[in-house]
Amino acid sequence: MKNTSTVGKSNKTVMVLLILGLSTIIFPLYMTVVIAFKQPSEMTNSISGILSLPKVWSLDNFREAMEVTDFWNSLKNSLLISGLTVGLSILIHSLMGYTLGRNKSSKFYNFVYLFIVSGMFVPFAILMMPLAKQTAEMGLANWFGVILLYVVFYMPMNVMLYSGYLTNIPLALEEAARVDGASTWLTYWKIIFPIMRPMHATVAVITALAVWNDVMTPLIIMAGSSENTLPLAQLNFQSQFGTNYNLAFASYLLSLIPILVFYLICQKQILNGVVNGAVK
Amino acid sequence: MSKHENERKRTFLLITIPILALFICFNTIPLIRGAMYSFTNSRGFGSHDWVGLRNYIDLFSDARVGKSYLFTIKLALVTTVVVNVLSLILALGLNSKIRAKGFFRGAYFLPNILGALVVGYIFNYFFTYIVPALADLTGIQALGSSILSSPSKAWIGVMIVCAWQAIAMNTIIYISGLQTVPEDVYEAGGLDGATGWKQFKHLTFPLIIPFFSINMVLCVKNFLMVFDQIIALTKGGPAQSTESISYLIYNNGMSGGQFGFQSANAVVFFIVIVVISVAQMKFSSSKEEQL
Repeated sequence: MKNTSTVGKSNKTVMVLLILGLSTIIFPLYMTVVIAFKQPSEMTNSISGILSLPKVWSLDNFREAMEVTDFWNSLKNSLLISGLTVGLSILIHSLMGYTLGRNKSSKFYNFVYLFIVSGMFVPFAILMMPLAKQTAEMGLANWFGVILLYVVFYMPMNVMLYSGYLTNIPLALEEAARVDGASTWLTYWKIIFPIMRPMHATVAVITALAVWNDVMTPLIIMAGSSENTLPLAQLNFQSQFGTNYNLAFASYLLSLIPILVFYLICQKQILNGVVNGAVK
Repeated sequence: MSKHENERKRTFLLITIPILALFICFNTIPLIRGAMYSFTNSRGFGSHDWVGLRNYIDLFSDARVGKSYLFTIKLALVTTVVVNVLSLILALGLNSKIRAKGFFRGAYFLPNILGALVVGYIFNYFFTYIVPALADLTGIQALGSSILSSPSKAWIGVMIVCAWQAIAMNTIIYISGLQTVPEDVYEAGGLDGATGWKQFKHLTFPLIIPFFSINMVLCVKNFLMVFDQIIALTKGGPAQSTESISYLIYNNGMSGGQFGFQSANAVVFFIVIVVISVAQMKFSSSKEEQL
């Protein structure tokens, strides 16, 4: 009994420290919300002028920000790019991971595995200039080109995850289907693909987060297409906010809302996915 | 060879060829093209000539490039240390017996899911207006003007923003490491008098070294490639004091007419990343073997 009471005491200190620590996360978000709702006339240079609650909770800033940054169109592009990238990644990377994971004894496939996985070391900085040229030459300087590039960029990581996961799936499962006369292709989609579901979730989470927040790839590839993703719109319209910080913050908040909602709904899956992706 | 085995081999080959072709097309070929451009005086448009190793020789005498390497490496090292120390402390707190564990873990992870660009813009305002206003209020002269406009202090702003997001990620990884440590290790250690700092140093930390390695690799690689935070906070300024390597390559290579020269810079950067990553992996696997 004595022991538990001392443990309880020290945990209270930890609790207090953790709550204090949370302010470093809540404060920037509080600041964003408050400024986003205020009018420029309410902003003074004093701390209370900036951080006090707005007099009226009006949505005017958001309406204007949506117009200035072409919000719905950017949102649509972001959803389209992230959604298709995740879908294609799951289909293509799992197939590749399966093929490479099932041919560990072959020199050729081992080479292909190393070749693809070593792509992880290639920084985007060395690819960006040639890719800007290449996608323009190929007529891919648009959202579709961006998706293709993402499928290639995340291939090393995802193929490694999939082929690692495959070692836990016994070959006997496929052999049973073989006896029934099913082809390798069909066996894969009917048996292996559904079994890899936990890994699909991990791949979906880490790919979606990376793609959703990425600025560089669309910046370089879609520069001439007058289309924006949500982060790219913030960058491209930054100058149009001028000194109207309230408008700018309304726009920042708008661009954060979709991912915040997603996080609130799928927090557990996201945390699991991120940890699995990093640790495996 | 049985008919079935042939079918299996053919299927594997038919899967591999198109996917490998896609990978080569958008990863290997641009990599080779980038390396080729590094031997030219290309400005990104128009005609260009081969200049041999000129770009590489110039690279090592270019003050701006040197400055960007120093800044990026300094940022990566300091941020990695700061992030790992704070993450470990936070992870220990979040892994102790507390109430509302799930809520705290979820809340502390939040910064990681937000886009670095917008986070950068929000902190830009924070450093430019809030901190000086606070300094006014409290009379701290040193913080009276924005740290982002000071060539000697702007990097600290970048560091804080990078750390704010990275701590979330590293903490989650450390927590999953701490969960692999069985309770009876602490109990046995407690009998031997290992508590507090001693317990952490001799029991906990050695057991989570694999997770420490993951975090080190993640941190160093991410911070060396820092870009979004720079574009949102300082655009490389003031006085080019916060130009990261990626930002310099982007800025001068894509629109500054230094396509060839910055390609050479990118090749060197690529080699640096490979060397550091391989060294880190060698180092951490030798550490893990000792256990």
